[in-house]
Amino acid sequence: MVDTGYDEWIEAIGAGEGYYLDCPEDHGSLPPRRTCPHCGALELAERPLPESGTVETFSVVHVASPSFADDTPYATGVVDFGPVRLTGVIRGIEFDDLEVGTSVGVGVEESETTGEPVVVFRPR
Amino acid sequence: MTAVRVAGVGLTHFGRHPDRTGRDLFAEAALAAREDAGVPREDIEALHYGNFMGALAERQAHQGPLVAEAAGLSCPATRYEQACASAGVAARQGIKDIRNGENDVVLVGGMERMTNLETAGVTESLAIAADELYEVRAGITFPGAYALMARAYLSQFGGSREDLAHIASKNHHNAVNNEYAQYQREVTVDEALDSPPVAEPLHLFDACPITDGASALVLVSDEYAEEHDLDAPVAITGSGQGGDKMALQDREHLAQTPAATKAADEAYADAGRTSDDVDVAEVHDCFTIAEVLALESLGFYEPGEAIGAARRGETTRDGDRPVNLSGGLKAKGHPVGATGGSQLVEMTRLLRGDHPNSDVVADAEVGLTHNAGGTVASAVVHLLEVVN
Ligand SMILES: [Zn+2]
Repeated sequence: MVDTGYDEWIEAIGAGEGYYLDCPEDHGSLPPRRTCPHCGALELAERPLPESGTVETFSVVHVASPSFADDTPYATGVVDFGPVRLTGVIRGIEFDDLEVGTSVGVGVEESETTGEPVVVFRPR
Repeated sequence: MTAVRVAGVGLTHFGRHPDRTGRDLFAEAALAAREDAGVPREDIEALHYGNFMGALAERQAHQGPLVAEAAGLSCPATRYEQACASAGVAARQGIKDIRNGENDVVLVGGMERMTNLETAGVTESLAIAADELYEVRAGITFPGAYALMARAYLSQFGGSREDLAHIASKNHHNAVNNEYAQYQREVTVDEALDSPPVAEPLHLFDACPITDGASALVLVSDEYAEEHDLDAPVAITGSGQGGDKMALQDREHLAQTPAATKAADEAYADAGRTSDDVDVAEVHDCFTIAEVLALESLGFYEPGEAIGAARRGETTRDGDRPVNLSGGLKAKGHPVGATGGSQLVEMTRLLRGDHPNSDVVADAEVGLTHNAGGTVASAVVHLLEVVN
C-alpha cells in the first residue's frame, strides 16, 4: 500500500533526515497534513526533527497483534522530541533499565514479524 | 425542553456466544426492551445502533437495517461507529432527536460479536481504534495504548499496581449477583497482581475480557410517556460529547482524558447538575487505569487523586459514591459496540430499583454514565435522574 506523505516521512527518518511539520505559530505535527491541528494554519513547513528525545511513557508488550507476534516481548513508547512526539518500538536497552526520561534517538528498522519498517528508538 | 424518558431496557447475557449471529443478539436485547417498555412496535420511529468491528468480525457492514429487521422494526435505522463509544453516540443521537421534537419514540443500543474471532484477530480488530499510521504500525495494541497512559499516570502522580488491582477486585465483587455479567465471580487483589502481564504495567486482570452481547433501550418523550400512561420513572436529563486528538502522541496530556471532561461539563450543564450531585456512576473501565482517568475527568477527583479511590473504599458499594455496580466493563464484559447502551440499561435499573444492586443505592436520584472511544479520543457522558 502506498501512503503518500507517511511513506516519504518514514523513509526520511530511516535516512537520518527525519522531519516534522511546523506552522507559523510553531505548532509541531506530522504528515500527511494539510492544516495545523492546533490553530488551523495552512502554511506548514518541514523542519528537521531534533537529534534526540526523551521517553515520556513506555510499555513492554507481551500480547501483540498478528503483525507484531514474533516481536514479543517488545518495548513501545511515546518519545518527546520537543515540537512533536513520536510513537515507536524501543530497542537496545534492557527492559529493566528503561525508564521515563531515558534519552533516545530515532531510526527505522524492520518488524521481526513482517519485515515492515517500524519507527525504532535506541538509547543515545 | 422535552424530557427524555427511559421506557424500557434490555440486555443479552454478556459473555461468550461465538455461535450466535449479531442480528440474533441484538434482536434479543431489543425485544426485551420493547417488552419492558410496553410500547407498540409501530410507534418506534427510528433505530440508532452502535457497532464497531462487525465488518471484520462478521463480514457484515450496513448493519442498521439488518438489525432493525431482526428486531421487528420497520423504521429508519442507522449504525454509529465510534470505537468503544459506539452505543453511547447512538443513544445520544436518539436523545437529541426526541428533544428536538423530531421523534417521540426511538430504540437505541448496540451489539458486538467478538469471541468468534481468535484472540489475535480481536487484538488486530481492536487496534484499529488507534491511529493506523502512527500507532498501529508502531506496535501499539489497545492494551498497549492504555499501558502507555497507565505508565504516564503512575510516573506523573504516583500510585501502584496494587491500587489498580483494588479496582479490578471491586468491580468483580459488584458483578457477582448481576445475571447479565460475563464474570460473576470474585477476584482478589493478589490474584489480580499475580495475573500474567499483557502490556506492562497492565496485567491480564487489569483488562476487560473479550465479550459478545447486545444492549437496547426504548426512549420516549415526556409527552408520549404521559399520553400513554407509561411507567417510566427514569429520565435522561443531560447529554454531552467530547473529542480529542486521535493519537496519544498528539495529545496535550498522556495521563488525563480531557474529552471526557468536555463531555461531562456539557452533560452537567445540560442537566443543571454538578459532579457533587451524582450518587452513582457507571464508567468506562476497559482497563483499571481507565476508571481512574474517568473519575478525574468527571470531576469526582482532582488529577492524581482517583488512583486510590477503590482501595480507600470510596467507590466501593459501601462507599460514598459507588462506581460500576454492574461490575463494569472489567467483570460485566465489554462487547465494544454495545457497551455504552449497557451502561444506560444498568443505570436505569439501578435507579428504578430492579437491579440486583439497587439496594446499595436505594436513595440515589442522580446517576452518571461515561462511555469512551479508543484511548478517549471520544467520550460520551449522560446523566440519568429519578423523576417519577
Ligand atoms: Zn498551528
